[in-house]
Amino acid sequence: MSPITDDRLEDLSNDEISRYSRHLLLPEVGIDGQRRLKAARVLIVGTGGLGSPIALYLAAAGVGTIGVADFDFVEASNLQRQIIHGTRDIDRPKTASARDRIKGINPGANVVVHNTRLDRENALDIFKDYDVVTDGTDNYQTRYLINDACVMLGIPNVYGSIYQFEGQASVFNAKGGPCYRCLYPAPPPPGLVPSCAEGGVLGVLPGIIGTIQACETIKIIIGGAGILAGRLLLFDAWEMKFRELRIDRDPNCPICGQNPTIHELVDYERFCGISLDSGEKPIDTITASELKMRMDRGDPLQIIDIREPHEQAIARFPGAKYIPLGQMARRAEEFDPRIDAVFLCKIGQRSIFAIRALRGTGYEGRLLNLKDGVNAWATEVDKSLPRY
Amino acid sequence: MSVTFHIPTALRAFTDGKREVTAEGSTVGEALSNFAASYPDIRPHLYEDGGELRSFINVFLGDTNVKNLDGLSTPLRGGEVITLVPAIAGGAS
Ligand SMILES: [Zn+2]
Repeated sequence: MSPITDDRLEDLSNDEISRYSRHLLLPEVGIDGQRRLKAARVLIVGTGGLGSPIALYLAAAGVGTIGVADFDFVEASNLQRQIIHGTRDIDRPKTASARDRIKGINPGANVVVHNTRLDRENALDIFKDYDVVTDGTDNYQTRYLINDACVMLGIPNVYGSIYQFEGQASVFNAKGGPCYRCLYPAPPPPGLVPSCAEGGVLGVLPGIIGTIQACETIKIIIGGAGILAGRLLLFDAWEMKFRELRIDRDPNCPICGQNPTIHELVDYERFCGISLDSGEKPIDTITASELKMRMDRGDPLQIIDIREPHEQAIARFPGAKYIPLGQMARRAEEFDPRIDAVFLCKIGQRSIFAIRALRGTGYEGRLLNLKDGVNAWATEVDKSLPRY
Repeated sequence: MSVTFHIPTALRAFTDGKREVTAEGSTVGEALSNFAASYPDIRPHLYEDGGELRSFINVFLGDTNVKNLDGLSTPLRGGEVITLVPAIAGGAS
């Protein structure tokens, strides 16, 4: 059943009939499906790796109203995968270049720009005007916010997520199937899983997952049968393997279950632990310039590079000892608690986990985190090093 | 009873990069705990401080979520494949 009711359908012009003839020739789409696409309103949250192909294909398919929500600006490092943006869009708002590309593909599309960060205050107000929401974000707090807002408004949430070579896709909150919280009631503690910026991602991977999201969005609109609800699709681009797992609605789900405990949007920053004051001992930091000073002074230091070898090869840090993040706990005895230890990674996030992991073993020495990582060293101290 | 764990990329840093790890156990929980004992750095990623499984990891025995079976008490016959499916968040940046 299409969420687009008959009273919203308008006729197709002859130009539209020519443009969409390859859809019209499919009995599953036909004139009726194309009219539903024309009447449909889809919100694309995030115009990055996933949002790019979603927007391009929905524009081409003739989705009448496409909302794009983002607050970011185009950077050179985006262009390896965010194919809606081009080199000359660098430093432009992502919503502006996305709008231009959508209009370039299909001038008939009505593009609504939401140049804002979604939060608990504005999400319901923005979402309520849409039939389908696609989740192409890159962080847990927005994913939970999207899920909760979609459940509250009864809107299907077309989900996609990527990490390095692996992707996940599903359709949540549709056809009686589960929501994101049925599968994952709560997010990981901050940074337990590194972000794309730190972990890397194969550029074509979001193209594949985002295109699956676009496909499901189109099928939802035309009322297609085999929608990816109640199923989690796992994709491994390196092995080129797809796998499908059955996922069920959880009667104990905190938002769509029988006795929901969530009745309004919550503080997602806090929920995801970002602003959470957990009572844990704070992490001491050292800036790149301070570290340089201590190194020049000849202070005894244990400088620990927790990056993997392939990453060190991009920008080597002088005089550091290599202990990968994943081995911190079991190599705790290699540290000397009488000497300050400085931990570094690309941007100073994973190094915090290394410090926590070492603390978890009962290590008592002083642990310092290099603020903003090797990238800060490249900016403040050694400008010959590349930032990556 | 030996079973094979399929390790997703997000957790492979804690298994020396291995995609698959075998462990012994007569239940899913026992096999998981033996697996975590062989790779202590993965422990905080799998278990809460109190010892419950973390809510951002789903454990699938074959194609079925163990939530829909007997959870961590689900018995094993040996030879099964257990897949860990963590929440991943990447997509835009
Ligand atoms: Zn739910």
